[in-house]
Amino acid sequence: MSKAEAIKQKAGRVGGAITQKARAILLWIKHRAGGILVSIVTVVLAFLMGGVVIAATQHGSFGTRIHNTLTAYNQILDGAGLNWFGHFFEHPCLGFIPCHLASTATSGVAQDFAAYNLSQTLLFATTLMLTGVAVAFAFRCGMFNIGVQGQYLVGLIVANWVGVAFAGMSTLPHILLAIGAAILGGALWAGIAGVLKATVGAHEVISTIMLNWIALWIASWLVSIYGPLLDPLTPWVPQTSEVAPSARIPAFWGIPDRSALDYGFFIAIGALIVYWLVMNRTTLGYEVRAVGLNPEAAAYGGINVKKNLIRAMAISGAFAGLAGAVDMLGYMHLTTQIDLPISQVGFLGIAVALLGRNTAVGIFFSALLFGGLLFGTTHGLQGVENPVIAPELAGQLTYVIVGLVVLFVSAPFLIRYVWNLHKKLRLSTDPPESASVTEAGG
Amino acid sequence: MSEHKADDDLVLEMRDIRKEFPGVVANDRVSFDVRRGEVHALLGENGAGKSTLMNILYGLYRPDAGEIWLNGKKVTFSSARDAIQAGIGMVHQHFMLIPVMTVAENVVLGIEPSRRLLLDEAVARRRVTDMAKTFNFAVDPDARVDEISVGQQQRVEIMKALYRNANVLILDEPTAVLTPQEASDLFEILRTLRREGISIIFISHKLNEVLDIADRITVLRRGKTIETVPREGASEKSLARAMVGRDVLLQVERKPAEPGRALLEVKDLHVRDDRGIEKVRGVSFEVHEGEIVGIAGVDGNGQTELIDALAGLQTVEHGKITIDGKNISRATPRQALDAGVGHIPEDRQRRGLVLDFTIAENIALHDYAKAPDAKWGWIFPGRMIARAKRLIDDFDVRGGGPSTPAGGLSGGNQQKLVAAREVDRDPKVLIAAQPTRGLDVGAIEYLHRRLVTERDAGRAILLVSLELDEILSLSDRILVMYEGQIVGEHTGDVSEEQIGLEMLGGREKSAA
Repeated sequence: MSKAEAIKQKAGRVGGAITQKARAILLWIKHRAGGILVSIVTVVLAFLMGGVVIAATQHGSFGTRIHNTLTAYNQILDGAGLNWFGHFFEHPCLGFIPCHLASTATSGVAQDFAAYNLSQTLLFATTLMLTGVAVAFAFRCGMFNIGVQGQYLVGLIVANWVGVAFAGMSTLPHILLAIGAAILGGALWAGIAGVLKATVGAHEVISTIMLNWIALWIASWLVSIYGPLLDPLTPWVPQTSEVAPSARIPAFWGIPDRSALDYGFFIAIGALIVYWLVMNRTTLGYEVRAVGLNPEAAAYGGINVKKNLIRAMAISGAFAGLAGAVDMLGYMHLTTQIDLPISQVGFLGIAVALLGRNTAVGIFFSALLFGGLLFGTTHGLQGVENPVIAPELAGQLTYVIVGLVVLFVSAPFLIRYVWNLHKKLRLSTDPPESASVTEAGG
Repeated sequence: MSEHKADDDLVLEMRDIRKEFPGVVANDRVSFDVRRGEVHALLGENGAGKSTLMNILYGLYRPDAGEIWLNGKKVTFSSARDAIQAGIGMVHQHFMLIPVMTVAENVVLGIEPSRRLLLDEAVARRRVTDMAKTFNFAVDPDARVDEISVGQQQRVEIMKALYRNANVLILDEPTAVLTPQEASDLFEILRTLRREGISIIFISHKLNEVLDIADRITVLRRGKTIETVPREGASEKSLARAMVGRDVLLQVERKPAEPGRALLEVKDLHVRDDRGIEKVRGVSFEVHEGEIVGIAGVDGNGQTELIDALAGLQTVEHGKITIDGKNISRATPRQALDAGVGHIPEDRQRRGLVLDFTIAENIALHDYAKAPDAKWGWIFPGRMIARAKRLIDDFDVRGGGPSTPAGGLSGGNQQKLVAAREVDRDPKVLIAAQPTRGLDVGAIEYLHRRLVTERDAGRAILLVSLELDEILSLSDRILVMYEGQIVGEHTGDVSEEQIGLEMLGGREKSAA
């Protein structure tokens, strides 16, 4: 071989190594950064389209509509309590369009309002972090747990019962007992769907939806005027007794009787950390992920797939039950019959998990986002002067945005198409040699 | 151009074709031509650019640069439809036939002769029968496609192309799914087609069959044309060298086996598949330490179920499996692994690997819960990574480090990864199912050598392959499986024809 040939060959080898490296990097981006990017684009798109909805409900010139839309979003952010941090979002028009906001003064009263709003946003986020983790855990094992709502209700009721019936215990054991029982209740309720899937192959989507209704109607009966959980002091009102003070999770921010933010917030953050550790640092998480990504390979690897399906479903339900307990012991303390079917936190958990890409950090941020949106468009907006859209209507905006997020996330192709990501990343997923020859012949 | 005059027979010419995918030049100024009535083989490893080139010709990809000339006219195809209209036909590796329809219906599908909007079955039948006769296809036009053999299905695909007046026929790895007899039948048909003036592009990475059928051979390597040579004067050695870029040991060098005690014993095994059909019907054999036993057979004759039963992945209906004296007939996959079964599964992407897992996580697929990877249910990623690093070096896995997702590796490197994991567990019995399927010559050479090394290290190796060459070159003993039973056992020299015959149950000597 001549020297020139040898050099050429060497160059070829180096070139090959570089392209392989490039492929690996592209794949990494797709695995990590790509997901975050998709989530961010999803949110931006959803808010843009939500903005179109707001603009459509306004009157006046194009400029006025834009102005009103931005004002509405600004008011929602204020409603979510973000102005507590200062007035970053004071000028929604960002100087492009002259606008005259009714200035939210930085007086003490306004600051109190902001603090209250923010604490409520965090309270909502607390629940959503937990229901989000619940959905995510099942997702990671390849299952879609739509039953988080029902498991949440089980947790709510069980926590209330333990909180009421075991009055007289000392504080910490009582709280732990109530939380433990609610976790167990949620786990058992979800476990039914897991067992049905593993044994007779009943699809978890169907069975968990059914279980939601069963949970709702049982809970509804329990708190009805004929039910065993009825508050004996007011037997004509269909609601439960208040949990004993010993079982209440203490609050740390706000006025205790006005649903102040309680330590449940840190329980939720703790749950996210546990979730991350379990997924990434334990054999249990390894099994869950293996089954979720490729059940056949998992079985081949020696993993008991059926056991994992049941277990993952139960753990998912445990997080949902914990969410119910934290809500009940943290700020609700009792529930009424009419409140039960109104709650949507389990379903919102699906959006939270989807947007958060089933990662702990992602769930944290998307729970904050949805928590803020949920409160900012409803109660939070009531404190805002001259809202562009009435709170009764704005609440629907949350569900419009949630719906769009679910749509976009479950159809990532749409987002990738927008970014034209698929072209750049196509190579990493299907190299040219194995490219889909088979598709075109028919 | 003067050379044009000299080569009147040129039907197709692809000039300086270039196609780039992000990060990879799949075709780099590839030139290629086909004469009327010749079989032109396109030879190259996986990833050499054969399929890309053919997809360009068939209108599926557009070239970044270069020209295609067909019958002296420059053409551009923007879809497969254009290519078909220009007289190019392609038979893909995976057939695109409708199983519940008859041969004739499949052939005419899409351009059916019709009478008052209804399929004119009589005309369709007659045309297909005529064609079958002309080219000696030996296929019944009225048979349902799901009732005929794979070889016959392939002929239906060829008929489909011919029915659309193809005069250039592309065959993509046509023998991959065939038995030796079926392959030689196919070659007969190709010779007939050649006599009728049809040009055939024969894509392959098998040297012997290229030398058997091709008139000229073009070798591609890393997206470039290396050479175009006439068959005369070409040898397996020279072609392999052109394909890989270095000398390749085609024959595995191995000492005679020194079998020791029996490590795997199978007695009267019966296994049903997932649909409840009995696929293994009374199989008994032994594999000794330091011995490679090959199981030959056409796909679907119970090999898959046999392997799954050995690995604990399929319930044993009846019979007994022992590993070094330990009964594992009722074992779970975990128990089979612990008893000393190593298993390179036939489908590495679907079963052998979790493609979204990193290399390190895949290495740990069996032992993630054991020390040193884990203790008390707690995983130590650092230790997994350390092990992965060692195995990546030992087994020469290229294309990524411990934290690269396994899906990012090429097929050959994925297979090395699986092999590394299985061998590193120090199994008593190593089941290698189709260990080199879809791999290129270099990777095949490596894996074959490795299997022999592991044999010499005292493992009992059960090799199951649809590639008869592989079975013949590696096995110390050969078992032939047909319809769930062992129908032949050979030690020492045995001809390919003899085994091929047994693979078909001795029933079909050679189709007309």
